[in-house]
Amino acid sequence: MSFLTNLINGVSLGSVYAIIALGYTMVYGIAKMLNFAHGDVIMVGAYMCFCAMNYWGMSPLPGILVAVVVCTALGIIIEKLAYKPLRGATSLAVLITAIGVSYFLQNAALLIFTANQKSFTSVVNLPSLTLFGGQLTIRAIAIVTVIVSAVIMVALTLFVNRTKVGKAMRAVSEDKEAAQLMGINVNATISVTFAIGSGLAAIAGVLYLSAYPNLVPTTGSMPGIKAFTAAVFGGIGSIPGAMLGGILLGVIEILGKAYISTEMADAIVFAVLIIILLIKPTGLLGRAVREKV
Amino acid sequence: MKKLTKNARSNAVTYAIVIAFYVVMQVLSGSGHLSNSLTGQLIPICVYICLAISLNLTVGILGELSLGHAGFMSVGAFTGIVVAMSLQSSVASGPVRLVLAMLAGGLLATVVGVIVGVPVLRLRGDYLAIVTLAFGEIIKNIINNLYVAFDASGLHVRMLRPITASELTDGFLIINGPQGASGVTKLSTFTAGFLLILFTLFVVLNLVQSRSGRAIMALRDNRIAAESVGINITKYKLMAFVVSAALAGMAGALYAMNFTTIAAKKFDFNTSILVLVFVVLGGMGNIRGSIIAAAVLYVLPELLRAMNDYRMLIYAVVLIVVMLATNNPVLKAFLARVRDGFTGLFRRKSPTPEGGDGDE
Repeated sequence: MSFLTNLINGVSLGSVYAIIALGYTMVYGIAKMLNFAHGDVIMVGAYMCFCAMNYWGMSPLPGILVAVVVCTALGIIIEKLAYKPLRGATSLAVLITAIGVSYFLQNAALLIFTANQKSFTSVVNLPSLTLFGGQLTIRAIAIVTVIVSAVIMVALTLFVNRTKVGKAMRAVSEDKEAAQLMGINVNATISVTFAIGSGLAAIAGVLYLSAYPNLVPTTGSMPGIKAFTAAVFGGIGSIPGAMLGGILLGVIEILGKAYISTEMADAIVFAVLIIILLIKPTGLLGRAVREKV
Repeated sequence: MKKLTKNARSNAVTYAIVIAFYVVMQVLSGSGHLSNSLTGQLIPICVYICLAISLNLTVGILGELSLGHAGFMSVGAFTGIVVAMSLQSSVASGPVRLVLAMLAGGLLATVVGVIVGVPVLRLRGDYLAIVTLAFGEIIKNIINNLYVAFDASGLHVRMLRPITASELTDGFLIINGPQGASGVTKLSTFTAGFLLILFTLFVVLNLVQSRSGRAIMALRDNRIAAESVGINITKYKLMAFVVSAALAGMAGALYAMNFTTIAAKKFDFNTSILVLVFVVLGGMGNIRGSIIAAAVLYVLPELLRAMNDYRMLIYAVVLIVVMLATNNPVLKAFLARVRDGFTGLFRRKSPTPEGGDGDE
């Protein structure tokens, strides 16, 4: 039974990674950049929700809404100020700028909220679910996380595949110039992508902190790196890949912690990633790009 | 001057900058004009200059993004500590022990470089970058769980389970898992750092300007074309990667020997990124640029100390603004015009000795 508990915790953690990885992978697919500041948007979202609930006396749902709105706006602003002027620059230049943005967000949070650790109050106040006469206990937050991320994934898939904006996003990721010639507003499409990614990051931040409640200005970096790994794991640029990669990564991490070694869990996660990439160099669901000579 | 080739002249300028930096710092600190905090940073500056030069070999010359450079630094650092502390009783001279520690650090980093490089270099682009990141994290995680002790019967190395004092006969703990190494004798000196920079420069500049270096750059510029003229991809990629790792290992050993306590978490992803920032801002493939960028950017937060809490925030803004400015097409065109103006001036004064060198 403990295996089942671990598996559920793994899927729950993996769902959070998947939501963050979606932001990475969508931005990569459209802007062809690694947005290293994405992890710190998670942190901003978590702080916003924390403030809304603890200082401004809001209940959890409006708190989450505040976090989502602030992060969405933040995502658009970051894109306009820092990344848009660099369109057409080398990918490394954009990467370094993203790192600059990441430093900026972390240090701004450090100034505003100080380095003191804050204990995040869970947004889910339901009792744990007990099954099989007490043999299996599942934390409510784990169930909520899995449900929320399932809803997000379905909604996002529908959005990208069925709506006009989604179609524009796919077109821009396929070929920016051609999309522009077809009358698609490339800048607006990229903004929408950043807005969605950052909004999702806020939700991921709230869910992550509800399960692991230590909130400091660097909170976002480790889940950020893990989610980035998950995105590459599943094949960067691929939305189903990010979901699959995220969930697998979470399951591997929790099972590794439970059955192999707590201390070496991170090493196990990264080792699995390396092995997968060696077997399938573009990730699980990534498209192999044929080289033209 | 006319006898020297273009490369030799450029190398001479680079060496001269490093030597001038050393002399000026020595004079300043000798006459007490250097603040305490800045004096304390001289060795880390040297270390970061070496790291930036070595990373530039991978990122700038080979053209592959590496996000795990701190991993090699870490391997070198802890190998160096183990060697230096084990030899404490048998080798009396501090400088000799430091050199042995750096050599051992470089050697083990070479081995790890080969182990990491063989699988990593099969991948491309962002996938390669994420795998170097993964290896960096794995190295950190392993060292975090490593316990090394030294006693009468030699070295004890163990993973995961701490070594207790009762297991040792007349010995001491060197690396204690997550707490890292403590009680390290400070062996590093500014002069050692200066010599390591010269050594690193010597290795990298000679490699870059050799036949192998040209092969490596050919791979960067057009892999398929390079392969079609018979350049062995794996060999040259691995060569650049491993040399870079070895130099990072040596720098790591020097770095570790500058502190009494040091833990694996110091060499995390952020350290790798810091060095990468130096390389990119200094100019990819531009060795001299790496040196200057590393020195300036490493002291920048220190110079901004007057701003107190805001200094890292300003550092971040500086980073973003520099990237935006250097990639701004208007500014780029302006700088190119200024540069053309300058070279034009020189041209008129002294006609080019090489004759058919063209405008490049």
